[in-house]
Amino acid sequence: MTFEIVEADNLYNTILDARDNKGFTLLLDITAVDNLTRKSKAPSRFELIYILRHAEFKDIKTIKVYVKDENIGVTSISKLFKSASWAEREVYDQYGINFIDHPMLKRILNHEEFIGHPLRKDYDIRDAHYCTKAQDMMDELKPALDAKNLDMDEDDLMVVNIGPSHPATHGTIRSLAALDGEKIVAGVSEIGYLHRGFEKSCENHTYNQIIPYTDRLNYCSALMNNIAFSKTVEDMLGVTLPERGVFIRVILSELSRAIDHLVCLAAGLLDMGGQTNYWYFFNPRNDAYDFLSKLTGARLTNSFMRIGGMTHDLYDGWQDDLEDVLKKIDYGISESKKMIEHNRIFNDRLQDISPVSAEDAISYGWSGPNLRASGVAYDLRFAKPYDFYDSFDFDMVVGSVGDTYDRMMVRLEEINQSMRIIKQASKELPNGNICVDDRSIILPPKSCVYGSIEGMMNQFMLTIDGVKVPTGEYYGAYEAANGELGFYIVSDGSGTPYKVKVRPPSFYHMASYPEIIQDYQVADAILTLGSLNIIAGEMDR
Amino acid sequence: MDLSNTHLLDEAVVTTKLDAVVNWGREASLWPFVFGTACCAIEFMATAASRYDISRFGSEVLRFSPRHADLLVVAGTVSHKQAPILKQIYDQMPEPKWVIAMGACASTGGFYDNYTTLQGIDEIVPVDVYVAGCPPRPEALIDAVLDIQRKLKREKSFSVKHTDYKGKLDDV
Repeated sequence: MTFEIVEADNLYNTILDARDNKGFTLLLDITAVDNLTRKSKAPSRFELIYILRHAEFKDIKTIKVYVKDENIGVTSISKLFKSASWAEREVYDQYGINFIDHPMLKRILNHEEFIGHPLRKDYDIRDAHYCTKAQDMMDELKPALDAKNLDMDEDDLMVVNIGPSHPATHGTIRSLAALDGEKIVAGVSEIGYLHRGFEKSCENHTYNQIIPYTDRLNYCSALMNNIAFSKTVEDMLGVTLPERGVFIRVILSELSRAIDHLVCLAAGLLDMGGQTNYWYFFNPRNDAYDFLSKLTGARLTNSFMRIGGMTHDLYDGWQDDLEDVLKKIDYGISESKKMIEHNRIFNDRLQDISPVSAEDAISYGWSGPNLRASGVAYDLRFAKPYDFYDSFDFDMVVGSVGDTYDRMMVRLEEINQSMRIIKQASKELPNGNICVDDRSIILPPKSCVYGSIEGMMNQFMLTIDGVKVPTGEYYGAYEAANGELGFYIVSDGSGTPYKVKVRPPSFYHMASYPEIIQDYQVADAILTLGSLNIIAGEMDR
Repeated sequence: MDLSNTHLLDEAVVTTKLDAVVNWGREASLWPFVFGTACCAIEFMATAASRYDISRFGSEVLRFSPRHADLLVVAGTVSHKQAPILKQIYDQMPEPKWVIAMGACASTGGFYDNYTTLQGIDEIVPVDVYVAGCPPRPEALIDAVLDIQRKLKREKSFSVKHTDYKGKLDDV
């Protein structure tokens, strides 16, 4: 992976040029690396990484900046991209790097009483700090009101707090809304309530040990996270799975996408009182989980993938089980569709609520079904096909208005498209191996471990040391259920990554939430949140 | 009614202990508050859905206001940032109340042995039943509800529990 290395002073102009003249309009992620214990010498302790995607969605551009003094830092690019504001806050929180001219540089994942910056290499992973009270968030809400020339007392506004423990937030999200009557005039959101230290944990585990952690990023489609992470590491190793392995991954990945969308729609419709739909969506999901637990041993957090393959092949009779699951999903969504499609309440409550234009959606850093709902035809499976996606016959689902209705309906139709892919992939499933044939990557069969000294050595070395990944830095992207799920991995040649950064789609969807709910009612905001499908596990990591 | 005629009383009156009656009533009408934070909350949703159907055990009246609930189900990882909120919710629940720590994270912190995760909610609130699993299957959660039912039958119905418990966030 090649970087354009720029001086801190030129950063703002370089990114402005990349956006306006070179067409890199989507800021994917901002992260930092602490070079304190790195084997290869770097010009400074901290470096910042900016990852941008081109307007045609094929190419990415990566910019690296060496930060001479983290207390001075670099110029904020939050004026250029709406997505940069939260991304920079996260870097500040985790690494303590300053961003000049940032509108609200404060902690985002850790609490206010936290001392230190956890992703610095000299910060001990177990060094915890108790939090005694929640922050009041008025420091963020006040500027938002000032910007609109509003005053709490003079304009007789009321503040409503929703979350972090509220059924309608579908997780641990806290939002504060200033209301004028029923109308939201300004809002702020607080995240980090489910920050579980994924990235710090990665730096302390071997690559295969990280796979269970990836399950718990987006726990509604755990297998997809497994696959995305394994695939990124395999790309770094320069290995590709045998065709059968890839096909199985496609089948499981698309089934996970369908499950993820089922959960999103079930919960979203439940919020607006459509409880019957909840049963129709959750029952086939349970059937899908029966299939997955028969295959992987777990319902939700499967940990089925390994670097270079997966634990075992499909079981005898899987085809009948899977066909049965697909039939039930099909029945569930067609029954549910009958109830909502021409339902006045459903249409009136969702249409023209919080529409997001294509330009805004890209500036927010959106991806996946939410971006497609806004009319942007971006899907990595089409833009940059991997895993033989170009050989399957399926359609990209694109919305037109980008309102809550579109976001929900895009997901509903994507379930159908996923099922089309599953049917084709299981029909054409080739025979052969499922894992790469390399003893430095994949554990040997148990008969070898107990029957030969080489087998035992292989097993021992791979378990203790982990898969040795060549030195380098790599960004791997995957079209997950919620959008572009990226893993930026820095390897120093050992079996443990030097750094792992997840590019979580939900993080950027959430960052835009306080803006898009403005001028609508609280009841609409709840549905908008449901339609964005925020999964706290991947948002807070 | 002629009270001297004792055979009439035999048919109309059952004599028992007050605790037994009250607990018999409570047993099958637990109102859970689901403090759902992560993956376990998704499995809780499955437990409430029709396949597993928690209402078979009298615990389907989910209440999202702590003041209406007597069973706190902590489903998922609780971070240090979340801890004061969990404590506040527990304090707002009226006595008698019971707590289920659902899953490895709520019980012990699970495999998140790090700077941000509370190493078990029993640092903050007293726990009655721990459920193993990451996440536990719906059957395991139902079993925990049955455990609570068995436990409350043995308790004095009008006593305040856990008076000697002191959590890390008490008196700060």
